[in-house]
Amino acid sequence: MATVTTDAPTHNLAYRGLVAWRIAILAGLAALLLLSVAVDISLGPARYGVGEVLATLFAPGAAELQMRVVIWEIRMPMALMAVTVGASLSLAGAQMQTILANPLASPFTLGLSAAASFGAALAMVLGVAFLPAAITLMVPINAFAMAMAASLLIFGLSTLRGVTVETIVLLGIALVFTFNAALALLQYFASEQALSAVVFWTMGSLTKATWGKVAVTAAILALCTPLFARRAWALTAIRLGETRAAAMGVPVRRLRLEALLLVSLLAAVPVSFVGTIGFIGIVGPHVARLLLGEDQRFFLPGAMLCGAVILSATSVLSKAILPGSVLPIGIITALVGVPFFAALILTKGRKSW
Amino acid sequence: MVTLELDRVGARYGRREILSDATTSAIRGGVLTALVGANATGKSTLFRRIAGQLKGAGTVRLQGAETEDLRYMPQDTATSAALTVYESVILALKQGAGGWRLSASELAAVDGVLNHFGIGHLANRQLPELSGGQRQSVSIAQTLVARPKVVLMDEPTSALDLHRQYEVLAALRAYAAETGAVMILALHDLNQVMRCCSTTIALAGGGIHACGPTLEVLTPDVVRRLYGIDSRVERCSRGCPMLIVDGPAE
Repeated sequence: MATVTTDAPTHNLAYRGLVAWRIAILAGLAALLLLSVAVDISLGPARYGVGEVLATLFAPGAAELQMRVVIWEIRMPMALMAVTVGASLSLAGAQMQTILANPLASPFTLGLSAAASFGAALAMVLGVAFLPAAITLMVPINAFAMAMAASLLIFGLSTLRGVTVETIVLLGIALVFTFNAALALLQYFASEQALSAVVFWTMGSLTKATWGKVAVTAAILALCTPLFARRAWALTAIRLGETRAAAMGVPVRRLRLEALLLVSLLAAVPVSFVGTIGFIGIVGPHVARLLLGEDQRFFLPGAMLCGAVILSATSVLSKAILPGSVLPIGIITALVGVPFFAALILTKGRKSW
Repeated sequence: MVTLELDRVGARYGRREILSDATTSAIRGGVLTALVGANATGKSTLFRRIAGQLKGAGTVRLQGAETEDLRYMPQDTATSAALTVYESVILALKQGAGGWRLSASELAAVDGVLNHFGIGHLANRQLPELSGGQRQSVSIAQTLVARPKVVLMDEPTSALDLHRQYEVLAALRAYAAETGAVMILALHDLNQVMRCCSTTIALAGGGIHACGPTLEVLTPDVVRRLYGIDSRVERCSRGCPMLIVDGPAE
């Protein structure tokens, strides 16, 4: 402004400091992730020294066959699956919370996880395969199909005129109850063997990770992240409220629908591979928001990193708590994550949400 | 010089017609223009129609500015966003601009607008921590940071204390004078209008009741028709015309 005199105070120095601090936090999270993945790979029922593990990682040819298989074919896919699944679910939760202006929105609370569980149970209890050609993959394919159906239902309803974000969230919660009831019905009629399979699946587990699944989840992330990144300013503006964002020229409705489609894909694929680990979708974004704020330039990578770190660290814990066995990761996420999460939001007295 | 002219403009929400046949002479920039009218007479609707958010009949004619130079500030709403004041103003500046990088001139523009409206000290505060009045000042900064040439503001001073009202209106006048921008403010305080706005548009009955120089529009007659209030115009000790309210129309 012309009225500003030359000695007017400048505030961009403080802002530059804030930006530098946030970049440092992102770098710290990335380092933490690397560390966690390294520990994750070196832990397992078969005990190997860290040196041996490192040697196998960097020179697989020289290692013994058994060790090479354990490290490369079992532990590596599991450790990396924790990273891609954590990042995907957290990113999905972050953008759901953003576009629906609701701190409770996540793949879990909008019914995607419940739908996936129901789809998986259909395969395990009744042997129904949505894609009969791929019978060996019928559990994840069914889970994916149901999760996508649930989110497309929500998507379809939200394109209707006059449907507000509150309506979408309420519909999602209605879906959770519907699919849970349908799942309970299936369990009621299930054989004992099928019942235990369903129960184990819904606990969420990384043990079925393969390189193929890692590649698919990574590809979905690689597809969705740039699309969100390109809309970083518009997504941040939505958090100022729908009318204000619209006044800034953000096509709110279109952006919300596009984001909902991407989020469906981001959430449905991991959930169909690993079962119910819905908690990450709520915690990851909240931790990122507390650490980095909601400028999407930092929030977007931050949410992904937080989700990945949390799930990877949980994977470590699930092996460390009872040495020699791997506890279902969905259980650990909730048991360890909830107290940590509660402490975080209660001690950080910021009036966010 | 920027001008804005309405030619038989209408607007509708769904099937309900809120506004019809709104026609004005060319509203010139460089000064403040007031938009007055009772509640629910279509002030926000007219703004949203001009801003292109609502469809309707008629034409909005801009001279000396493009539609991209237009900014609309809706009525104040609270937010829970974890953003600082500084970030929220950057955000307004970068909408539509794309890139993630911020140039030195962009940062200078943010500093400038915060200082101009006297809220530099709030730069590092979180939005949800602000009071209603502070939030309103921040909204004004967001609206003007990209230096628009056509500005529509919905009740920009409703949450401000008396002193801040004068400060902000003076800063808005300075902005108009400096940039030549057309600035239309929806206001409820008619004495603010008399003191600061050269032109006034009065809305009543779903259309424009009167449009012209403020002192010619805001006569006791028009006030009675707009609000059902008896009033008279007197001058304050500094010579400024004031509307004295006598009570509901008899």
